[in-house]
Amino acid sequence: MTDLAKQSNAPVPAGWTYAPAPESTEIVALRDRYGLYVGGEWIDAHDRYTTIAPRDESPLAEVGQASAADVGAAVQAARDAFPRWAQLAPGERAKYLFRIARILAERSREFAVLESLNGGKPIKESRDVDLPLASAHFFYYAGWADKLEYAFPNRSPRPIGVAGQIIPWNFPLLMLAWKIAPALAAGNTVVLKPAETTPLTALLFCDVLRQAELPAGVVNVVTGDGSTGAALVDADVDKIAFTGSTEVGKAIQRRVAGSGKKLTLELGGKAANIVFDDCALDQAVEGIVNGIYFNQGHVCCAGSRLFVQESIAEPLVEKLKRRMATLRVGDPLDKNTDVGAINSRMQLEKIEELVQSGRDEGAEIYQPPCRLPERGYWFAPTVFTNVAQSYRIAQEEIFGPVLSVLTFRTPDEAVEKANNTPYGLSAGVWTEKGSRILWMAERLRAGVVWANTFNRFDPTSPFGGYKESGFGREGGLHGLEPYLSFDGAETFGG
Amino acid sequence: MAQAPALPRGFELPLKQRLPRIGSIDQVAVEARAGELAKRSIKREAKVWALELAIRCCDLTTLEGQDTPGKVAALCSKAVRPDPTDPCVPSVAAVCVYPNLVPVAVERLRGSGVKVASVATAFPSGQSPLDVKLREVEDAVSMGADEVDMVIDRGAFLSGRYAAVYDEIVRVKEACGDAHLKVILEVAELGTYDNVRRASLLAMAAGADFIKTSTGKLPGAATLPVHLVMLEAIRDVFEETGRRVGMKPAGGIRTSKNAIQYLVQVHETLGPDWLTRDLYRIGASSLLNDILMQLRKEKTGAYQSKDYFTND
Repeated sequence: MTDLAKQSNAPVPAGWTYAPAPESTEIVALRDRYGLYVGGEWIDAHDRYTTIAPRDESPLAEVGQASAADVGAAVQAARDAFPRWAQLAPGERAKYLFRIARILAERSREFAVLESLNGGKPIKESRDVDLPLASAHFFYYAGWADKLEYAFPNRSPRPIGVAGQIIPWNFPLLMLAWKIAPALAAGNTVVLKPAETTPLTALLFCDVLRQAELPAGVVNVVTGDGSTGAALVDADVDKIAFTGSTEVGKAIQRRVAGSGKKLTLELGGKAANIVFDDCALDQAVEGIVNGIYFNQGHVCCAGSRLFVQESIAEPLVEKLKRRMATLRVGDPLDKNTDVGAINSRMQLEKIEELVQSGRDEGAEIYQPPCRLPERGYWFAPTVFTNVAQSYRIAQEEIFGPVLSVLTFRTPDEAVEKANNTPYGLSAGVWTEKGSRILWMAERLRAGVVWANTFNRFDPTSPFGGYKESGFGREGGLHGLEPYLSFDGAETFGG
Repeated sequence: MAQAPALPRGFELPLKQRLPRIGSIDQVAVEARAGELAKRSIKREAKVWALELAIRCCDLTTLEGQDTPGKVAALCSKAVRPDPTDPCVPSVAAVCVYPNLVPVAVERLRGSGVKVASVATAFPSGQSPLDVKLREVEDAVSMGADEVDMVIDRGAFLSGRYAAVYDEIVRVKEACGDAHLKVILEVAELGTYDNVRRASLLAMAAGADFIKTSTGKLPGAATLPVHLVMLEAIRDVFEETGRRVGMKPAGGIRTSKNAIQYLVQVHETLGPDWLTRDLYRIGASSLLNDILMQLRKEKTGAYQSKDYFTND
């Protein structure tokens, strides 16, 4: 027994380091070069650029840089496809959408890997959030395609024509789904421009369109930088739907003014996440973390301003810091990664600049110790305390993993401070008191108010902003309206 | 019994600004967090490390009316040397039995380093007079139990007589002497996560060395969200008082994968300090063979038939 006794008392090896658990990239077969998807065919763009993986800056593929002429060709293809698509029996349109939804679900792993590769977000998020939601959006709007008369009773909904859609780089495939699914369900045809840095899942999606045998020209994809987007805004489209920065949104609104084009804008945010002292503390901490570090903070509705009731500010911030120390920052393709790579060098520089301003203005910074990879674009999860309402980090959208903590004393003060921003996309309320949730939701000027949760999305729920966060709604019944015209009635945002 | 205080009496937590209240648990959010943690992917050397730790932390348990000295003796042999073909596999932490079988276990485990744990206090219901419960604890300890697993009085807890629950734990702790006290909350009977948190704090305040989820006698024993709620309570007590209380999930943990999910929670909630048998135990009976099978698979690259692992 003595040797056994010795053995069982042998020192346990110190520490538990999770072995790397990388998701294999073999499932994705990338081509070296992609053209533009126009009229159901791949055509060459007049120029090309290289798209990279932000995790290590390695090149992934060459993609087209569409010129105004290329965009014009895409719009013409959509124009040509419109009459047949609009007149197709609605139930037939629904079939295509159901098919797309199903194919996306079937190929979800492939898309998830590519999304993380090209965008930098953790595979667990692209796998568990982006892909299921993208597929769910197509499922949801497929259901509306043959029920539009019931969706808008006595209003005679009709498709509007060709929709130009410009989407951002933070949820490339999900934003594509948000845009394309309602547009097609309503009977429109589409020219989509993915973000400059994240074109690949949209290009892979063209493969899905072919697999689903969607009629040629119903969806066209043109890649490129801001100039391609500008060309699409100026092209002969009937509607522009844009998701992105407030700055660009304002420029688009100026450009389409007086043109008769319909417009919806889903822009920036600086959401208030408001924590009352009667909340479930540990779950609130999880919600705060999810609110700001989800997708590296590249979320327009991120809970970037944390308002904590002063009576619990100290323990809450301590709990938050402790929790931040367990966030695993690193390779987006590792299944255990919580926070991935920053999408681009440009975005990284913007985050760094704003964080520096926070330091300069006198806020107290905390970043948990974490080893960031040498190559690629990385930023450690960051929290600022002692932040004043007037600091830039409390006013401007950072679009990175940076949280500003402010305090309040009473519910009235919380509402006042939360609404004191040019933005109004989302807000969060943490309290165990149901009546207070309703009281707050009535007063917060934000498109979405989450209670005891954050960053939760569903295709049935409309999403959109107040004030400089944009106008028009995506998701739910409301999301169909911008893609329809009605006899004798002007639509919201039109 | 006196009227139940809003906060347990004798509580060493400074319930001032820091923990302004016992606190509450949001069911949806805690289940979501437990679900997230359960998705950690633990591979290769990290997996072997976790499996060996799970064995080290295992309280190998038999709590049946049909337990005999022979059965307990067999279990003890398994506890000391779980895999006779592989000396690298460590012993488990303890063998957990009914009081009557403590002498058998003590005899068989002498010198092995494996502890003897005894359930007591009218396990599993706890529905007996206090003096009977105390006597049972004293007997178990005098027969050589190193650890006592008591049950709380759920009847008193659910009727709001927290002070009665508290007092009973204090008395049992006294009766334990040097033996370690694990307090079983029997979470399946508590109904809500709020109650689990409240009972956890109550037990720790009354002197529990470990808090334990379940007797294993009811369906719906240990679950990942309940485990997380209890770990968070332990963390709060540590933050406030510096006192480290141990955790023991029990009942329903049958697979290696499941055991690793529990260990991941400990690792990411309480940190590496708790990944030791002094502060963490897993109460299980059928889990051990599954771990042995997985370990051998990691070492040889192939799964082996169940027939190569002894049923004890």
